[in-house]
Amino acid sequence: MQSSRYFPILIIAAIVVVLQLIVSGTGTGFYLTQLTMSAYYTIVVIGLCMLMGYAGQISLGHAGFFAIGGYTAAALTTADMTGLTHGPAGRLCVKAGLFLQTKDLYGATLAQCNPWLSCAIAVMATVVIAYLIGIPVLRLKGHYLAMATLGFGTIIYKIVLGTKVFGGADGISNVPPFFLVQGLRVSGNMTDRIPNYYIAWFLVIIAALLMHNLVNSRAGRALRSIHGNEDAAEAMGIDTARYKLHLFVISAVLASIAGIFLTHFNGGIGPSEASVMKSVRYVAIVAVGGMANLWGTIVAGIVLNFLSLRGYFGSYDEAVFGLILVLMMLFAPNGIVMNRSWNLLRNRKTENSPPHSPSLERQGEDEKSGKALDAAS
Amino acid sequence: MSFELVLQYFLSGITSGSIYAIVAIGFNIIYNTTGIINFAQGEFVMLGGMTAISLSAFMPLPLAIACAVVITSIVGGLVELTFIRWLKNPGVLRMIIITIGVSILLREAALHVWDEKVRSLPYFTGNECSSISIFGAHISPQVIWVLAVCGTMVALLSLFFTRTLTGRSMRACSANRTAATLCGINAKSMVTFSFMLSAAIGALAGCVISPLTQTHYECGAPLAIKGFTVAILGGLGNTTAAVAAGLLLGVIEAFSISVLPVAFKDVIAIGILLAILFFRPSGIFGNKEAGRLKEF
Repeated sequence: MQSSRYFPILIIAAIVVVLQLIVSGTGTGFYLTQLTMSAYYTIVVIGLCMLMGYAGQISLGHAGFFAIGGYTAAALTTADMTGLTHGPAGRLCVKAGLFLQTKDLYGATLAQCNPWLSCAIAVMATVVIAYLIGIPVLRLKGHYLAMATLGFGTIIYKIVLGTKVFGGADGISNVPPFFLVQGLRVSGNMTDRIPNYYIAWFLVIIAALLMHNLVNSRAGRALRSIHGNEDAAEAMGIDTARYKLHLFVISAVLASIAGIFLTHFNGGIGPSEASVMKSVRYVAIVAVGGMANLWGTIVAGIVLNFLSLRGYFGSYDEAVFGLILVLMMLFAPNGIVMNRSWNLLRNRKTENSPPHSPSLERQGEDEKSGKALDAAS
Repeated sequence: MSFELVLQYFLSGITSGSIYAIVAIGFNIIYNTTGIINFAQGEFVMLGGMTAISLSAFMPLPLAIACAVVITSIVGGLVELTFIRWLKNPGVLRMIIITIGVSILLREAALHVWDEKVRSLPYFTGNECSSISIFGAHISPQVIWVLAVCGTMVALLSLFFTRTLTGRSMRACSANRTAATLCGINAKSMVTFSFMLSAAIGALAGCVISPLTQTHYECGAPLAIKGFTVAILGGLGNTTAAVAAGLLLGVIEAFSISVLPVAFKDVIAIGILLAILFFRPSGIFGNKEAGRLKEF
């Protein structure tokens, strides 16, 4: 029983390896670049799937967290810190390897932040911002929550677009590669394509494993009960505010890590990564894969991101995701790839009748039952 | 700051503020009848402007604007018929995601029908160089048009909702839908009509602001967020308060330019939205207990 829980992860790992062998074998190695980028976007979507599916909190601003991670990492690793290295504390940092000595185009020595340091700072910044935003936002419900997260995403976008430090409309480029271990680095070099592909998918598998374990743990059951009925969960003694906040922060950190690694892979980042359209894209992918269905979301994430990055949607790229979102919400609020074995809290009878998604249709049903009560009394 | 500068900021603020107020009134009309927040409201403004610009090539300007308003209201009705009408008891969240998707579709359709160029209607009176001087502040005659048109629209709407049968039917639907249906009012038609009315007033606002702020396929999206901010600021469902809140937001935005760079103007508006949502979701003028009641 235990090993069958991890079966889907083994399948995904197998598919990843097989894909790489096929792609390298048929000489279409350039697909690996888009597959790697799809992997990083899938990490964001995994976090969002947890948030929307298991805590029932919609977030239309997750691209903001992606951008916080990516832009912090980019800004710190490309900024020239030579001014800071003159004092004794600065020299200590250089010795400790926190600042790297590099050469710029004209041969002068620059001091740039070590990517590990910038990664740590970016993740910490994301945690702080997620806590600060999460505490007031998660008290809201329904359309107020959606608009608050949308507003947060737009604020990040406008700040990033309007600030010189973050490169304004041009974004930040020339981000140095991220040296992980000896011989392994996250960069966009053609020679590193295959290792980078495996790094990206390794991160996806780790994230999926962690989230999968979270769902099947005590905290995960608490989250599922919150998703089913928040008031009942409160009555059982679950601190719903704390659980929702922690899940929000976890999903923000996942998005931020994806942003950091993708920035090093691409060698740069632009303000469009923080735009509302990206957030809508992530929500559309979660909607297609099934709100609470981790594996469906990963599959949808790979497929849709790959097609979009390869340009199969042409100039209709954003229209396609908008259309997917509308169609999913109209016809299948539960997603296409539904996995019945996850639905432990559902009524057995709904196996035969159309399933209701608690998060999206609950309010409609509450109004219906409320009106029925009024009519009966 | 000198008096002329203050007056200039103030006039600029109430110009953009009156457009936000019209968008917010559109939000409120639909919210009052159906409880849905229609995020595509900003796109109706954009569509009105773009259609009028295309039509003005072969029609005199007033006729082009009238046709654009009619066409946009038909589009609004079609949006309601296609996406909203046949849904049974949708949750609030599902509806807002659907309307966000619809706004994206409308935007992309506009991108492919017209292109990404920035266009504008000709000035109604005078041209881009003419200016009127009021106590030392110089404004374009178009500003007078914007204020006059928006003020007339608000007055006509309040007359419509209090004096005409259709307006009173819409108010009945918003107060208690079942009771209205029992009185013989066709609630579904009222919903469609509310969408068409919102689209029409949005389109007229888009036409009248077009010479000042130029129209392009993306100009509707920020209007939707700001219109929503104004609607919440005034208390969701309260039309008169939306006007006041719209002017207030416009003036705050205009004066914020004297302190912050222009690139952060939208950040101010969204910051106000977040502050209102966190601290007082019933709005400045909204009564906390009466926040559930919907009144015009």
